Amino acid sequence: MTKEMDMMEQFQQYVDGENKVEPKHWMPEAYRKTLIRQISQHAHSEVVGMLPEANWITRAPSLRRKVALLAKVQDEAGHGLYLYSAAETLAADRKDMIDDLLSGKAKYSSIFNYPTPTWADIGAIGWLVDGAAIANQVMLCRTSYGPYARAMVKICKEESFHQRQGYEIMMTLAKGSPEQKKMAQDALNRWWWPSLMMFGPTDEHSPNSAQSMKWKIKRKSNDELREEFIDKTVPQAEYLNLTIPDKDLKWNEDRQSYDHGEIDWDEFYNVIKGRGKCNKQRMAARNKAHEEGAWVREAANAYAEKQEARKQKQKGAA
Amino acid sequence: MQKELLQYTLRLGDNALILGQRLGEWCGHGPVLEQDIALSNIALDQLGQARMLLQYAAEIKGGDYTEDKLAFHRDITEYHNLLLLELENGDWAKTIARQFLFDTFNYFQYSALLESKDDTIRAIAQKAIKEITYHAQWSAEWVIRLGDGTEESHKRMKDAINDLWEWTGEMFMADEIDTKMLEAGIGADLGNIKTLWDEKVAQILAMATLKLPTDDWAQTGGKQGEHTEYMGFLLAEMQHLPRMYPEAQW
Ligand SMILES: [Fe+2]
Ligand SMILES: [Fe+2]
Repeated sequence: MTKEMDMMEQFQQYVDGENKVEPKHWMPEAYRKTLIRQISQHAHSEVVGMLPEANWITRAPSLRRKVALLAKVQDEAGHGLYLYSAAETLAADRKDMIDDLLSGKAKYSSIFNYPTPTWADIGAIGWLVDGAAIANQVMLCRTSYGPYARAMVKICKEESFHQRQGYEIMMTLAKGSPEQKKMAQDALNRWWWPSLMMFGPTDEHSPNSAQSMKWKIKRKSNDELREEFIDKTVPQAEYLNLTIPDKDLKWNEDRQSYDHGEIDWDEFYNVIKGRGKCNKQRMAARNKAHEEGAWVREAANAYAEKQEARKQKQKGAA
Repeated sequence: MQKELLQYTLRLGDNALILGQRLGEWCGHGPVLEQDIALSNIALDQLGQARMLLQYAAEIKGGDYTEDKLAFHRDITEYHNLLLLELENGDWAKTIARQFLFDTFNYFQYSALLESKDDTIRAIAQKAIKEITYHAQWSAEWVIRLGDGTEESHKRMKDAINDLWEWTGEMFMADEIDTKMLEAGIGADLGNIKTLWDEKVAQILAMATLKLPTDDWAQTGGKQGEHTEYMGFLLAEMQHLPRMYPEAQW
C-alpha cells in the first residue's frame, strides 16, 4: 500500500514537472481508465460526427464544395483512426471500444444528435462545432499523456482548416441572396446553444474535472474553454452580420469577456439520454454499417489467413 | 470537330462525376474505417478529374458555361456517362465489382489518352493516370480478396460480377464520336482497349477463383444520353439546391 502511494506521488510529481506519460510508464489505474474513456469517446465522436455532414456530400451545391466536404468528412474518419490507435496504446481493444459504442454503453459528443436539414448547417458545423472542438483540442495538445497529445497536434491542424472552410461557407451565404442569408441565420440559431453545450456542464457540475486537471489530462475548466470560444466567435458572427441568439450576451468590461445567457441544461441532459432528434438515426446508421460490413471484414481476414498459409507452404517446399 | 470534342470531353467528365457521386454515398457507412477512407479517396480523385474535364468542356462550349452549370443544370438526356456508373451502389461487393470493371477500362483508356493530340486532354490524362493506376490496383485486390475469401464473399462477388456484366459492353462500343476522335488522334482506340481489358479481367477473375461470365449481351445508351431510371434520382439529389436557387453563388 505504501509502495503504491509512493508511486502515486512520484507520478504526480512527474506530471507536475510537465513531463509526458508514455505507454510503457507506470500509471495509476484510474488515470489509464479515465484516458481510455475520454480518448475512445473522442474517437467515437469523430466517427459518429461524420454522419450529419456526410448527409450533404451528395447534395453539395457546387463541385468545389462537394470535394471540400467529402475531404473534410474523410479527415474526421482519419481522426477516429488516430484516436483509436492512441487508446490502444493504453491496452484498450478497438473491437471492444466499437462494441461499446454500438451497444450504447459508450458515449459520443451529443452535438452530433442534432440534424442537418439545410446546406447552411454544413457551414455552421464547420464554423461552430469544429470551432468548439478546436478550443478543447488545442488544450489537449498539451495533455499529459504523450500519444494523446501527439494525436491532437496532428488533428488540430486539420480542424482549423475545417473551421475556416465552414466560416467561408457561412460568409458566402451571409453575403448572398436574402434566402441564403436567412438560411445562415437559421443555422446559427440552431447550432449556437448546442455548440456551447459541447464544453460540458458548468464547473460546479463537472465532478470528474478536478482529478483530470490534477493529472493534467485537462488543463482548462469547461467554463474557461466555453468563454474563450464565445469571445472568439462573437466578433466572427458580427463580421457576418448575423445575430447570435442570446439576448443576454454582452461585453463585460471588467472581465474583458462576454457575459452570456443561461444555457438550457435540461436540453443537454435530454439529448445525452437519447432524446435528440437524431440519436436513434445515428446509432442505427453506425450499427447498419457495422453489421453489413461483417462479411467484408471476415472475408478480408479469411483471405489474409489463406495467403499466410500459402506462404508458409511455399517456404516448407523450398 | 469542336462538337465531337465537346461530346467526348463530356463523356469523360460525366463518367468521373457520376462515379464520384455514387462513391460519395459510402462516406461514413463503409464496412471498416480504413476502407471508408480508401473509397472516399477514390471518390475525391474522380471528382477532381470531373472538375478538370467539365472545366474544359465549359471552355469549349464558351459563353457563361462553368463546371457547375454543366454539373447542376443539365438534364438527364444531356448526360453522357456510362450506364454502369449510374447504377445503385448495392453492397460492398457490387461497389467493388463496378469499380474494378470500370477502373480496368479507365486505366487502359487514360494510358491511351497520354498520347492524345489534344493538349488539355493529354495534360489531364497525365495527372489522372497515377490516380487511376492506384484505383485499378486497389479494386482488383479487393475482387481477389472477396472472391477468394469466405463462401459468402465468394457468392456475393460472383453475383455482383454476373449482375454487372451486361453493363460493361457499352464501354467498348465505338459510335461516330469515338471514331472521329480516334481519327483525329485525340481519343482512345476502344478496340485495343477491349483486348487488353478482356485479358486483364480474365486474369484477375481467375485469381479470385471466379468464372468469367459468357453472356455478351450489352446494355447501351448512356454515352448518347439514354439513361436508366436510377439516373433521374441521382440527378434530383445532386442538383436540387442549385436548381432551386439558380442565381445563387455557393
Ligand atoms: Fe475531427
Ligand atoms: Fe473537423
